[in-house]
Amino acid sequence: MSIRPKVAFYWCASCGGCEEAVVDLGEKILDVVNLVDIVFWPVAMDFKIPDIEAMPDDSITVSFINGGVRLSEHEKIVKLLRRKSMFVVAYGACACWGGIPGLANNYRREEILERAYITTPTTVNPEKIIPSQTRPVEINGAKIDLPEFLPSLKPLDEVITVDYYVPGCPPTPEVTWEAINILLSGKLPSKGSVIGASNKSLCNECPLNDTKPENVLIKEFKRVVHFVPDPNQCLLVQGLPCLGPVTRGGCSALCIKANMPCTGCFGPLDNIHDYGGKAISFLGSILDLEDEEQIRKEISKLPDILGLIYKYSLPKSGLRNILRSVRK
Amino acid sequence: MSSNDYEPKIVVFACNWCTYAAVDLAGTSRMQYPPNVRVIRVMCSGRIDPQFVLAAFEQGADGVIVAGCHPPSDCHYISGNIKALRRYSLFRRLLEELGIEKERFRLEWISASEANKWVQVVNEMVRDLKRLGPVKLEVEAV
Repeated sequence: MSIRPKVAFYWCASCGGCEEAVVDLGEKILDVVNLVDIVFWPVAMDFKIPDIEAMPDDSITVSFINGGVRLSEHEKIVKLLRRKSMFVVAYGACACWGGIPGLANNYRREEILERAYITTPTTVNPEKIIPSQTRPVEINGAKIDLPEFLPSLKPLDEVITVDYYVPGCPPTPEVTWEAINILLSGKLPSKGSVIGASNKSLCNECPLNDTKPENVLIKEFKRVVHFVPDPNQCLLVQGLPCLGPVTRGGCSALCIKANMPCTGCFGPLDNIHDYGGKAISFLGSILDLEDEEQIRKEISKLPDILGLIYKYSLPKSGLRNILRSVRK
Repeated sequence: MSSNDYEPKIVVFACNWCTYAAVDLAGTSRMQYPPNVRVIRVMCSGRIDPQFVLAAFEQGADGVIVAGCHPPSDCHYISGNIKALRRYSLFRRLLEELGIEKERFRLEWISASEANKWVQVVNEMVRDLKRLGPVKLEVEAV
């Protein structure tokens, strides 16, 4: 029997980009495969859940779990992996704070199902069939049912204990490689840490940082649909709400190098409690207007404040309790 | 708990120079108002990070009041209240997009002499929140 560390990968409510990010390690993945045994990876390899159930507790060294928990099946499997693993890593923005699927917490479960299965223009569903756990189907004598679509999406750490977080949408190959090295090195940081990324804001590593004045003040918020930004000047100065100042660095400013403002996929820095709150604080301070009516008018130009500041972390918002209550 | 017994919890962030003085004045003038508020004194409304408000909601507040000196020029630190105005204009838009009742959050300008206004704001907010009723959490499936 091999004594190499055992590694599992699992995906919950995610787009698959995080799985792609693991493969994006390129040739380095061969080094990883030489160092570890992969024991579970539904997207790439053929292991079954009973294989995991048969393993002794704590026998998997580390499980990388991406995606938020939205189905009863996700909940069951992450709890199983938690029991079988020494370390669990929340891999990617969805597992860390809910991510883009977490924005669905702004809608009731029934609204989401109706939209997805009935009212979307491209859907043809005259019988209005909606997947339901309460209607098992019998095929060749076997009863088959679907997992339950839970009332809201939860980040991984609201369902199981998470040891480390790897941020990003998806985490870049560099961040993934760094995180794997930290885990394999045995020099583990304290539990609950973010690994692989920086603990300085994105501006710190942004190539445009030199063009950012000490005090950024703008008269209006612009959007990338309105103009082509100058690639050699800080996007904030040009009026784009770039979230670099409140976002964790580590991605080497990929979006900004492509002339797009940061949307915050590396999430909050260690000292930030609520990412959206910090983003509002920062956007409020750079808007250089004093008249209430003007402020209101300028803010109304931002079409989607929710999607701007909580694009990756709505399920972690301080408003989540009230939101659940309103959405009931 | 019947809705008649429901007493909403309101967290107030009040600036040291205007609103907190007004709260004090209401007290020394023996004005009567509902005991549902918990007042936290900060030096300036410009110091009230939206994260504080979110943390109050996270920990069970039914409503939050952020209060400071009248704009444009009453602020002891020149423009802290304007900063608060910009931040909480954004915050209100957020509540709107989330469909959260706007009565749960108030941004108020109350000067040191406006004890009456303070009492009126608290009365109105308690009335509005009682009408909304308690925050109903979904029963978590275990």
